[in-house]
Amino acid sequence: MPNDSREKILRSIREALSVKAPARHLAGTGAAASGHKPQDWLPPVPSSPAELIALFEKNSLDLKTEVRHCADAAAAASELAALARENNWKSVGSHHFALGTETVSALGLPVVFTDQPYETADLERCDGGISGCDCLVAQTGGILVTSASAGGRVLSVLPPHHVVIASAGQLVGDLADAFAVLRKTYGSPPAFVSFITGPSRTGDIERILVLGAHGPKKLTVLLVQS
Amino acid sequence: MSTESAQFHRDADRLTHDLRHRAWIQKALGGYYVKRDEQKAKYTDWQQARAAAAAAKYEAVNHLDKYLVELTDKLAARGTKVFWAADGAEAAEYIASVARDAGVKRIIKSKTMTGEEIHLPQALEKAGLEVVESDLGEFIVQLRGEPPYHIVFPSMHLTRGEIDGTFQKKLGSAHADTPEELTMIARGVMRQKYCEADMGISGANFAVAETGHISITENEGNARLSTSLPKVLVSIVGIEKVVPKLDDLAVLLPMLATAGAAQNMTCYNTLLGGPRQPGETDGPREFHVVLLDNRRTALLADAEQRDALHCIRCGACLNVCPIFKNIGGHSYGTTYQGPIGSVITPHLRGLQSWKHLSFSSSLCGACAETCPVKIDLHHHLLQNRRNAIEQKPVWWEKPIFAGFAWFMRRPRLYRFAAPLLRLTAPVLHAIRGKDIDPLSMWTRTRDLPAPPSQSFKEYWRDRNAKR
Repeated sequence: MPNDSREKILRSIREALSVKAPARHLAGTGAAASGHKPQDWLPPVPSSPAELIALFEKNSLDLKTEVRHCADAAAAASELAALARENNWKSVGSHHFALGTETVSALGLPVVFTDQPYETADLERCDGGISGCDCLVAQTGGILVTSASAGGRVLSVLPPHHVVIASAGQLVGDLADAFAVLRKTYGSPPAFVSFITGPSRTGDIERILVLGAHGPKKLTVLLVQS
Repeated sequence: MSTESAQFHRDADRLTHDLRHRAWIQKALGGYYVKRDEQKAKYTDWQQARAAAAAAKYEAVNHLDKYLVELTDKLAARGTKVFWAADGAEAAEYIASVARDAGVKRIIKSKTMTGEEIHLPQALEKAGLEVVESDLGEFIVQLRGEPPYHIVFPSMHLTRGEIDGTFQKKLGSAHADTPEELTMIARGVMRQKYCEADMGISGANFAVAETGHISITENEGNARLSTSLPKVLVSIVGIEKVVPKLDDLAVLLPMLATAGAAQNMTCYNTLLGGPRQPGETDGPREFHVVLLDNRRTALLADAEQRDALHCIRCGACLNVCPIFKNIGGHSYGTTYQGPIGSVITPHLRGLQSWKHLSFSSSLCGACAETCPVKIDLHHHLLQNRRNAIEQKPVWWEKPIFAGFAWFMRRPRLYRFAAPLLRLTAPVLHAIRGKDIDPLSMWTRTRDLPAPPSQSFKEYWRDRNAKR
């Protein structure tokens, strides 16, 4: 449906912008001259890896994300097996990734792999979704995922329990650091990028928090030390 | 008085006197204040963060042409179709044609205020399509046939009992007692709808020119599901949503969460830059972005109020507004309620029909103080008042003030007349607020203070005489 609105809108914009607007937001602040990065004003982020992990854990606790520490890949496998037992999983969705492939197959459960063609209905029936991620964000308690790192766009949101297997080295400070990870990995950010910050939630009824509105009711991070 | 104004006055009057409604809203917002302050306290410097957020939006809005073209090119590079719509009708027509071409029957929508603004669901239903809202609050008000009460908390005015009643009546569900049970009923209904829908519709909170992504902020996961399961995705984006750089989101996403929902960060913040790419196994086959003007360029042309386009729709100004807290969201009769709605609605839908909203303000400035992107809201309300009067002066104002000036320039007449006013006071007091009271417009809802027994002039004379 071709139309000439693009040119019309651009023309109106250029006409409107011929009159300058006052830069009122700069009044009373040192924003222009301070030499700070904008994100410096957000909640502070520590620099040492141990403190980053501690902050991530603290924020996760507030968000009701469960964090389990695993000394190595073998420990992650046994934690995942424990999660499968505790939650009585019958089948899981997953994809092929460095920390996960062997761990998931060790479960001995049917697996729907979402990095190869799959049916949405099959994934919908899974009790857990197990994925990797690009990085963990300490400042917000967030998990950055892309199609490539987390088995597509759906795996991390459709099954009722999302488990992320990440290494401690994947911790970064804030969102700007997370964007830097994206640029380093992919050149420019890919077509699907999502920050997951806690299990799905709503407060739409009487402003009372309910977990598992449409996405996962539970979110677990298995944090592998080595 | 415009019909919109008459309706507003009727609704506002009714709801202001509804004490149950007022108590309910105060209670709902009470928790928000506590949590918001907790979150704000975590910031290194909230005021500087506001300035930084405002600077990012200022740069975007004041170079809007450049960034929109960049956004369009970057989106197109990954196979997204970008459509520029001058108004709501053009946008709805385009989206209906996309649905027709793709053989779409069922649409799942995730909350979009821009879609609400142009009555998109109604237009698509008219075109014979099923449109289901997936955001819980929006779903509830859709079932009840109501508009959203608040731009961020659409169903905040309803009790669990009312929602239970709606679900029983419209969904045939069993009685449920708790918000959790009610949420799970909606979750069950929606799971089906996601899998059946062949088209998803979303809004956007931001659009990043540098990388060609739209950014969607949510808590429930409904936007993630509606944007990844159906084969066709349409996102409707107001042209003012663009930001220059990806790093701008490093500040804007946490601030939107803190100001809007008293959170550190909302649950899902998703960047969409294209349909399913080579090597991807899921995601929509088609992705359309509709860039909507709908008179935003008219607001842009008002340089004085241009910063109203900085708005990130967090709803923080509604939450602190004494007017909103008393008259509630529905009284406004607009898509955007509260101070921001009162500022922008006259620009979007006509100054003379909507000027009354700018007069319904205590000018306390709480809105401007809380705004995370530093919109000068209460001054814009004053500017709307001034513009409305300049455009269409009130016929009796000029003679009244001319008469007043004439009177005040005659001290003798003043000295003679002022004591007379004191004599009329008992009469005025007796008829106060009644139809025969010439001041009834004021006195119907307000007190008339008794005039002092002595004028200042008399007092001054006596005081000096005693010395």
